[in-house]
Amino acid sequence: MIRTILGFPLLLLFAGSAQAAWEVNLPQGVTEISREVYDLHMIIFWICVAIGVVVFGAMLWSVIYHRKSRGAKAHNFHENVVVEIIWTIIPFFILIAMAVPATATLIKMYDNSESELDIQITGYQWKWRYQYLGEDVDFFSSLSTPREQINNSEEKGEHYLLEVDNPLVIPAGKKVRFLLTANDVIHSWWVPELAVKKDAIPGFINEAWVIVDQPGTYRGQCAELCGKDHGFMPVVVEVKPQAEYDAWLAEVKQADKAASEAALKTWNLADLMETGEQVYAKACLACHQTNGEGIPGAFPALKNSPIALGEPGPHIDIVLNGKTGTAMQAYRDQLSAVELAAVITYERNAWGNKVGDIVTPAQIAKLKE
Amino acid sequence: MNSTVAATHHHGPASGIGRWLFTTNHKDIGTLYLWFSFIMFLTGGCMALLIRAELFQPGLQLIQPDFFNQMTTMHGLIMVFGAVMPAFVGLANWMIPMMVGAPDMALPRMNNWSFWILPFAFSMMLLTLFMEGGAPNFGWTFYAPLSTTYAPPSVTYFIFAVHMMGISSIMGAINIIATILNLRAPGMTLMKMPLFVWTWLITAFLLIAVMPVLAGVVTMMLMDIHFGTSFFNAAGGGDPVLFQHIFWFFGHPEVYIMILPAFGIVSEIIPTFARKRLFGYASMVYATASIAILSFVVWAHHMFTVGLPLAGELFFMFATMLIAVPTGVKVFNWVATMFRGSMTFETPMLFALAFVVLFTIGGFSGLMLAIAPVDFQYHDTYFVVAHFHYVLVPGAVFAIMAGAYYWLPKWCGNYYNETMGKVHFWCSFIGVNITFFPMHFIGLAGMPRRIPDYALQFADFNAVATVGAFIFGFSQLIFLYNVISCIRKGKQASAEVWEGSHGLEWTIPSPAPYHSFSEPPQVK
Repeated sequence: MIRTILGFPLLLLFAGSAQAAWEVNLPQGVTEISREVYDLHMIIFWICVAIGVVVFGAMLWSVIYHRKSRGAKAHNFHENVVVEIIWTIIPFFILIAMAVPATATLIKMYDNSESELDIQITGYQWKWRYQYLGEDVDFFSSLSTPREQINNSEEKGEHYLLEVDNPLVIPAGKKVRFLLTANDVIHSWWVPELAVKKDAIPGFINEAWVIVDQPGTYRGQCAELCGKDHGFMPVVVEVKPQAEYDAWLAEVKQADKAASEAALKTWNLADLMETGEQVYAKACLACHQTNGEGIPGAFPALKNSPIALGEPGPHIDIVLNGKTGTAMQAYRDQLSAVELAAVITYERNAWGNKVGDIVTPAQIAKLKE
Repeated sequence: MNSTVAATHHHGPASGIGRWLFTTNHKDIGTLYLWFSFIMFLTGGCMALLIRAELFQPGLQLIQPDFFNQMTTMHGLIMVFGAVMPAFVGLANWMIPMMVGAPDMALPRMNNWSFWILPFAFSMMLLTLFMEGGAPNFGWTFYAPLSTTYAPPSVTYFIFAVHMMGISSIMGAINIIATILNLRAPGMTLMKMPLFVWTWLITAFLLIAVMPVLAGVVTMMLMDIHFGTSFFNAAGGGDPVLFQHIFWFFGHPEVYIMILPAFGIVSEIIPTFARKRLFGYASMVYATASIAILSFVVWAHHMFTVGLPLAGELFFMFATMLIAVPTGVKVFNWVATMFRGSMTFETPMLFALAFVVLFTIGGFSGLMLAIAPVDFQYHDTYFVVAHFHYVLVPGAVFAIMAGAYYWLPKWCGNYYNETMGKVHFWCSFIGVNITFFPMHFIGLAGMPRRIPDYALQFADFNAVATVGAFIFGFSQLIFLYNVISCIRKGKQASAEVWEGSHGLEWTIPSPAPYHSFSEPPQVK
């Protein structure tokens, strides 16, 4: 029994060289802090292994040599003040040895001063919103793994469940400060390679920061249970060299401009329905389901619902402003005018709902102002 | 008073179902608690197997995410409040009066009531599975506002069920304290009490201190949901983090409630089978008390990522690390008790030895989790799942099984089947490690807890863990079979039962008569 136990830390050692599928340890990560955290983790791990070897060794020794079947007679000694003081004091000093470097690292982590870029991260059920403060860049980031892969009807891709439509992009070598909050329930923004995990709490703002020197793509997930699709809201961070970052920033601003211009052109029902179906899949399907029937008791049906079949006014209102006290979010800022118009039109004319009217992007654009 | 009625009342159990409904006998109530707990253990276990089956491979195969969340929530609640806690209360009911030389518990009618609340509380909670919107799906820690504004309607039933469980626990705790403080046999001073009695005395005080806090927090939820308050709603001036502070002020002592009686059981068993006195009785008592006191000042180590101020993080980190000292004292004492003893390895001893080793592994990962800057990486991952399952399954549950095997011959007068007991032990031991050891790895590699589907790099260890879970789960049927056949027949047990047994419970015949110690024994 005990041999099996002692075997496990050894397995941990040798498995380190195995292929990625048998990953067994924390990543060292790509920031100074993440490497310090990794070192702390390893030091404490080895201290535990050492204590384990001594304690389990003594136990194993007794199990082997002090067993009745070997003729061992019990030596009835007990209570020894010196021994008892020693085994109280020694652990105490070991703990101090652990606490000193841990405190130093923690103090560094808490130094949020002198950031060069501030990004507000807001958790939504079940996506992230990234707002670049002072840059007028604001977008949502949600899972891009197709449903077919999740339902096993398609082969799973390399970054299954760890891929998003719009990753967070940050410049390399700059101190980036994250301001975290949430819109509905508590979420937790976590990227292991950056050693950042911080809760996003509605009504409060938490801070965290990184300096990443190495450009690359780093993936993580929401770490706090946040409802049905908690397992499906990954975090993807792309770190780009400054020049590429600047180019990306310009591109995003350009795309935003193009989207608001699209609202001014005339749209027909077929086009809106087509766009609407895509938007529905991205923003609404998780709760209201593919067939628009919702989940009884949890999420209301849209099919045959009085709101979707009634006057457009209340329908537009609930989609734009959400419904407080429920999981229905305000989509005013999450979607563009075109997307909002399309999805509302779609909901009024899909699954046997046949209102036949069109909610135009221009109409929504006016309301958004 | 009619003397015939009085006489029958004092001789044996009533017949039929009435015996169990109206009983005030500590042995009957102990039995009820233990069977209830075992049924809940199997119920929560089936949920665990469903969770593990879904996680066997990436992708959604068996259940949908919302139902998955209901399963993780119900599994946790049932195992904590339905399996582990009632099992310890059952053992306390059976053993404490016999260990302190008392005829029964101090408050027998309340004892009946505190048990009979439980089946109703759990029926109500389980029935939420069939309600529209489903059962609670916000995790056993039910963080607001997911459990308030965003909860399914069944949350109200959950709140009342928790209230009932809390009432039951508090009454049980009062009874245990009253029994221990008032009904000890002449000569049994506090420092002569068996360690199981000591650990339960301390546990009972913990229960009285924190169950009202739990009741308070669920009541605040109820107010938020139905009566327009905003305790946990930031938009109304409340604070979602306040929920976590209150919950963990209950929750951390709660985890010691689930482990201190286990320490007591193991401290009874190891000396018996090492045929040697416990090495440091007094230091065990002091260590237990220190752990209990410290448990009140470490709650925020469950909340390192909520954005506590630096000073708060440091305080809770240091206080948590400090718990390693008294816990270490306990482990060293057990090992020193075995050292130069004369050991045999009957099933209770095997479970107790596995407890010492595997609980210590859980303690190591606990120490790692205490280090705040590293906890940012471990928090809410499978590393945490591995940690608390190591202290709760091969910790608390193994100790309960060790206790059950240890006292079973005293309860029913027959020995259980030793070979079958050993098979049960080895299957459980291997199953538990195959299930939970790989979870350390997937947690470190980055898999969050409470997710129904996961990225491909976690696939292999998840498959392994699922295989282990099924081995562990099904091997509990061996235990069930062994217990039932032991109740029916088996080798007749003597009063002492075990060669190295010590204490008052071994001075009365096996099976223990329906009424024991009607005359108090003398303790020297």
